[in-house]
Amino acid sequence: MKKVIGVLAAAASVTVLSVGATAGTLDDIRAKGFLQCGVSTGVPGFGFTDDAGNWQGFDPAVCQAVAAAVFGDSSKVKYTPTTGKTRFEALKSGEIDMLARNTTWTFSRDVDLGLTFVGVNYYDGQGFIGRKSLGISSAKELDGASICIQTGTTTELNLADYFRINGISYEPVPIETNEEARTNYVADRCDVYTTDASGLAATRSTFEDPDAHVIFPEIISKEPLGPLVRQGDDQWADVVRWTLNVMINAEEYGVSSANVDELRGGSDNPEINRMLGSEGNLNEMIGLDKDWAYNIIKQVGNYGEVFERFLGVNTPIGLERGLNALYTDGGLLYAPPMR
Amino acid sequence: MSLAEAHAGSGFTISKLWTEKRYRSVLFQLIALALLVALVFFIVNNTIANLQALGVSYGFGFLSQPANYDINQRLIEYDSTMTHGRAAIVGLLNTLLVAVSGIILATLLGFTFGVLRLSNNWVVSRLVYVFVEVTRNVPVLLQILLWHGTILNLPTVKNAFSFFSQTFFLSNRGLTVPGPVPEPGFQVVPIVFLAAVIGAIVFTRWAKRVQDETGRVYPVFLINIVGIIGLTVLAFLVTGKPLSWEIAEMGRFNLSGGVTLRPEFIALWLALSFYTAAFIAEVVRAGIQSVSRGQTEAAYSLGLRPGRTTRMVIIPQAMRVIVPPLTSQYLNLTKNSSLAIAIGYMDITATLGGITLNQTGQAMEAVMLLMAVYLSFSLFTSLFMNWYNHRTKLVER
Repeated sequence: MKKVIGVLAAAASVTVLSVGATAGTLDDIRAKGFLQCGVSTGVPGFGFTDDAGNWQGFDPAVCQAVAAAVFGDSSKVKYTPTTGKTRFEALKSGEIDMLARNTTWTFSRDVDLGLTFVGVNYYDGQGFIGRKSLGISSAKELDGASICIQTGTTTELNLADYFRINGISYEPVPIETNEEARTNYVADRCDVYTTDASGLAATRSTFEDPDAHVIFPEIISKEPLGPLVRQGDDQWADVVRWTLNVMINAEEYGVSSANVDELRGGSDNPEINRMLGSEGNLNEMIGLDKDWAYNIIKQVGNYGEVFERFLGVNTPIGLERGLNALYTDGGLLYAPPMR
Repeated sequence: MSLAEAHAGSGFTISKLWTEKRYRSVLFQLIALALLVALVFFIVNNTIANLQALGVSYGFGFLSQPANYDINQRLIEYDSTMTHGRAAIVGLLNTLLVAVSGIILATLLGFTFGVLRLSNNWVVSRLVYVFVEVTRNVPVLLQILLWHGTILNLPTVKNAFSFFSQTFFLSNRGLTVPGPVPEPGFQVVPIVFLAAVIGAIVFTRWAKRVQDETGRVYPVFLINIVGIIGLTVLAFLVTGKPLSWEIAEMGRFNLSGGVTLRPEFIALWLALSFYTAAFIAEVVRAGIQSVSRGQTEAAYSLGLRPGRTTRMVIIPQAMRVIVPPLTSQYLNLTKNSSLAIAIGYMDITATLGGITLNQTGQAMEAVMLLMAVYLSFSLFTSLFMNWYNHRTKLVER
């Protein structure tokens, strides 16, 4: 009997705690001393483990930037790999503090699932890759083809819509992970593979003969990918949102990890001074150290640096900036001002 | 007065709740039950409160929303404009398909291997022994992946193996066979078939009664088989062979027409069947060995021939030992079919518990429905096997 009561008491305390945890995420993170960040199970360039077993990539960099802002140390992050299926539950249940995992911002996810998207760190769209030997140049010629899809994503919905609109048929071949999809595609189980265009480029870079495969020109959907947090803690959402904005603004103002030490003492540009803390009190408003933005840029880099490090034309992924260039360069990246 | 005195010893007072053993045990059971109810109530309440605090909607309304995704293997009509509920049913039927075909194949293979394992031929019995030990000791998930990987390494669809003068095709996109196309008048054939089956049942009962009364034995099995097949074929010929076959042709990307067994289905079906067959083989061997040698000798001394001894003396007794563990194997196979997710076979775990769950975010509701589905499969199988077990068990007098 004592055992039963003990179990009851434990269950009660656990569930009560989990209710309490929805507010004050920032304080909880400070108390435990690290940020628990949800990432993918592995997409080249976007999130992968390096030779030493540490998570690296375009998405983990956001986690590292948040850790730099909160603790002044970008290494204070623990990672939880999540699949397309487990990611939202992990976030909602409080297992992770934030999710940075090529996740598309959609209405129902934002409104109905109890999540808050804090911004967009990559503007993507769904595309197709196929063998050049198929001799086709457009997705509209795919009538009757077998198509590999990663399930549990927005991808299969876009695909169904696209083929319905164009009145053509296909055989969906649903696959659980990107790696499995690659295996099936390489074995010619399916004629084409569809996922976000960035993912296609990343996957193509791992093929034996990348030049034998072509990415079709059609982009059939809007896929704004970005980091997200649990709904209901605005202070924490602000911290993650403005960490991302600092990275984007830093690129726009020309602040990089190379020159941030020099600019920290003060410069002619009041925007930079407010961001780096030599003027004003933005840090007090958001409840972080005076050096929060400095730490982000110094330890992780501005948006452009991170992009070039993991995805840019000099990496095996070889992505152009395209839509992800600053608005001043004809792209979509536009962060609100630091004032 | 004397009546009251006689009952005084068994009268109930509050203090007896903890001084007397029988009342005490009832009291403790009541307390345990109350705590359990309170715990369940607390968990449900707490969950609802938490979901409300998060602003998450809950309920089963999502089942009537459009699903917006396609499913490759559909036993009923389905397209992406239909509801999540319909998609769940498509998945459910796919689960049933692989479970039922798996149970049939596993039973056939299992009984064959089980009997061969007892063969006097040393090589045969050793070979089966090795097969059984290897198969049942390798996790079934690995076997599914192995079968799937093997099929993926078959030739591509453009270089498919073809058999029977270009009517059957085997490639890494599955096995394509000609599809039957019924023409007017065909409906007579299944009706005749059903009538023949009913006739066979009636004949079997009649033959049994005659045997009980007079001892006269008819070759019931042979007559039934000939009757059912013969009448059906006759009906088919009389109506003028109203069935044509649609043969698959190579299109731009895929074979079109015919019926295709997808690699995912084949891999899952074979893996589950062989894995479960290994267990069934051991169950069958144990069942046969449990019938003592004396039974055979007694049957021989009564003048029964070996075939009849096996059929009427050994097997009925062995079945009593075989059926209960066989039930567990059937249940395992059904539940293991949820591993389909590993290779992308669209069973109910992949539709309701996969895509639907993901698109709607209604994780709790979807998982609860899934649990209910597998539970009812299992209970139904148990019910059937219990009924069968009841029928075949020893009648004790």
